[in-house]
Amino acid sequence: MTGAGYAVLVLLALLLLAAGFLLGRRTARPLRTSDVGTPVEHATFETLHTASLAAPPLRAGLTEESARRSARRLRSLLGTEALCLTDRERVLVWDGEGEHHGRHVMDQVRDLLASGRDTAFHSDCDDLDCPLRWAVAVPLTVDNRVLGTLIAYAPRESAVLARAAGEVARWVCVQLELAELDRSRTQLIEAEIRALRAQISPHFIFNSLAAIASFVRTDPERARELLLEFADFTRYSFRSHGDFTTLADELHSIDQYLALVRARFGERLAVTLQIAPEVLPVALPFLCLQPLVENAVKHGLEGAVAVPRDAGSVPAGETPTRITISAFDAGSEAEVVIEDNGTGMDPERLRHILRGEGGHSTGIGLLNVDERLRQVYGDDYGLVIETGIGAGMKITVRLPKYRAGVHGS
Amino acid sequence: MSRTYAVAAVAAVVLATVLVGGFGLRISRTTSDFYVASRTVRPRLNAAAISGEYLSAASFLGIAGLVLVHGPDMLWYPVGYTAGYLVLLVFVAAPLRRSGAYTLPDFAEGRLESRQVRRLVSVFVAAAGWLYLVPQLQGAGLTLKILTGAPGWLGDVLVASVVVIAVAAGGMRSITFVQVFQYWLKLTALLVPAIFLVLAWQDDGSPRVTFDEQLSVFRADHPLYATYGLIVATFLGTMGLPHVVVRFYTSPNGRDARRTTVAVLALIGVFYLLPPVYGALGRLYAPELIHGGDADAAVLLLPGRLVGGLGGDLLGALIAGGAFAAFLSTASGLTMAVAGVITQDVLPSRGVRHFRLATVLAMCVPLAGSLMVSRVPVADSVGMAFAVSASSFCPLLVLGIWWRRLTPPGAIAGLLLGGGSAFLSVAITVSGAVRPPGWPHALLAWPAVWSVPVGFLAMVLVSLATPGRIPAGTNAAMTRFHLPEALTSGRHR
Repeated sequence: MTGAGYAVLVLLALLLLAAGFLLGRRTARPLRTSDVGTPVEHATFETLHTASLAAPPLRAGLTEESARRSARRLRSLLGTEALCLTDRERVLVWDGEGEHHGRHVMDQVRDLLASGRDTAFHSDCDDLDCPLRWAVAVPLTVDNRVLGTLIAYAPRESAVLARAAGEVARWVCVQLELAELDRSRTQLIEAEIRALRAQISPHFIFNSLAAIASFVRTDPERARELLLEFADFTRYSFRSHGDFTTLADELHSIDQYLALVRARFGERLAVTLQIAPEVLPVALPFLCLQPLVENAVKHGLEGAVAVPRDAGSVPAGETPTRITISAFDAGSEAEVVIEDNGTGMDPERLRHILRGEGGHSTGIGLLNVDERLRQVYGDDYGLVIETGIGAGMKITVRLPKYRAGVHGS
Repeated sequence: MSRTYAVAAVAAVVLATVLVGGFGLRISRTTSDFYVASRTVRPRLNAAAISGEYLSAASFLGIAGLVLVHGPDMLWYPVGYTAGYLVLLVFVAAPLRRSGAYTLPDFAEGRLESRQVRRLVSVFVAAAGWLYLVPQLQGAGLTLKILTGAPGWLGDVLVASVVVIAVAAGGMRSITFVQVFQYWLKLTALLVPAIFLVLAWQDDGSPRVTFDEQLSVFRADHPLYATYGLIVATFLGTMGLPHVVVRFYTSPNGRDARRTTVAVLALIGVFYLLPPVYGALGRLYAPELIHGGDADAAVLLLPGRLVGGLGGDLLGALIAGGAFAAFLSTASGLTMAVAGVITQDVLPSRGVRHFRLATVLAMCVPLAGSLMVSRVPVADSVGMAFAVSASSFCPLLVLGIWWRRLTPPGAIAGLLLGGGSAFLSVAITVSGAVRPPGWPHALLAWPAVWSVPVGFLAMVLVSLATPGRIPAGTNAAMTRFHLPEALTSGRHR
């Protein structure tokens, strides 16, 4: 077969596809309202259909864009010559004829915006051919606040139009209220995330400062270094911008944290790192590993009596707490594992904590991290924790290398 | 017998690959020193890793074969394979890194905010990857046939199964140090024998290599057109190669991505000095390959011909090992990329089991292709993969990075018309339906000359026709692509 033959074949295939597409469109079209029902029912269907088309744009709130996209539907709902939507300051959209009226609209509805009551007025138009002689203006209120007005124009006074405009305006108000609800829900989620961002525990600050203080006389140079680490660590933890960071930065912060912990516990804490350099640029939610390390440290040292901080050496017969932090490349994901050989935890209790039933004091860090990971990456990416009483704890975090909207800064 | 050494070398390379991949030899730094642990991959190291994945059978065997048969005109191949990185450096490297994308589908989704475009790009990644895999497998088959006299399909199957086992068992680890090692192994495997060959040639009285017209087989009936087709495909196609793109993620920032690319240019440039030497010497010492026979075998045959004896055997073994390293590294990189795309965008749910299934799938198609399809010179069929990449990914990347008005419908149209037509042409050529001579064959075998402009044009025109579909986040994305990270991170506040 020649190239021309193939070209013809491809062309034919494309034509067939197009034909099939059109056919599918035609058959898939919903039943026309004219096929069923009485004329009254048709009118109802029509109205409901138009209303449902106008609803989605309004769910974005009252803006120029949403007004523009819904005005035509609203006008066909009312069947008037012209329809105008305003907010408190200006005309958002004018749909239909007689756009020159738009200049005076804001003067005419000023009282209405103040009082929030429906008004009707004659449009004093100098143009004798202009069909817009009368208008009814209805306020759009949400929570007793007037957000704007809906104005319908007609050639003559009409009680029907006044009633219809009132009803349509009420319907628009409901949509706007829903929009408000949407917005407050997003705000709530954002506030939750902000609250979820791990907070440094006051105990840690207190303990760190106390540990640093103990070095001030004996080893001023070390005290200075620790103080700088402390400053860096708090700057990172308290930073206000960006919800994401990179694995390299997060590890750096963990390093500072551990330096401060080691100042207190000395050689009772051994840390091993195993980091594949390929995954260091991975972006991840800010402060989502540090709490896990903090948790590992706490569990590792748990049970041991708080030793004086200058007793840096390991007491005989006691194994030092060992913490291993490893990060591996796994194709489109990075895998971070944080392991300790501490007291571990009853799996049942852990389950309670992760369900949010653990009370305030325990495991809030784990729950917090788990929730944030799920929020950002979806439910497949929660924490995986392997533990048992006296068996240490191993926490695995999987981080996708790319997720839309996640950019480490 | 000379085969023993060569087989031993191949076996060693294969074994090493399986061990590293299969048994999860985790080469990562174990330390308690955070400063050491948090050092990112330096540009030069990353560049060597990229080069290690990139230098494939086409580079190792193909170029020398083409130079041998068709003469110095074929030097456009190494030039093109290298110059692609120049285009990548200038237009794509830093913005692509700053976009945070790990794969091309990630980039498409992030820039155009459309799942549809993402899926389509995934399809093309799989298509380009498969096209690129076929010659790797065929090259392996050829190498094994020459070394041991085994039937041609054995090498294909061997490399395919080794790659599937290593990738499926070990997961999708990209281990920088292994890839870096691959680069140096490949370079050594060509450089050391080349030195000995040149010395032997001097002993021989340095006969002049002549590429006279009578001997040269005409490669195409439209050589100028074919050359342009090659230039366009390789210059613009490199930026879309799936296994190259993922390695840029390892750079910590856009600046380092650029530096990496510069280093890649140097490393690859050095490597490509060698194959033409083999081609020229092959002209003198293996002239029977010009007419009939697999010219791709020139590199493997030369040490035996020129040096001979134990030395020749050992050099031959070194080359054979290097060649297998080339097949295995490029094939694993590609298989990982294709399998990753299949798990993420084709199979219903993610997970290790699915990834293994995807690996098998990713290898089955090219294996079937390599066994059924007539043997095209290795470098040529790699050129076809470049053509598809150039016609689909190049417009997407270049316009996506440099043009604010790109829309999802535009991207889809460009991918389908540019990349789709290139893929169709290549498929028709490979199936052998249209044979030379004549323009139809030339147009279909080197489609990039017309399919790249078609892709760009379709993308631009359809985007201009759908101005309402410009993604909402375009300005934010552009800011991220083009400003240094230090400015956008807000750290200066």
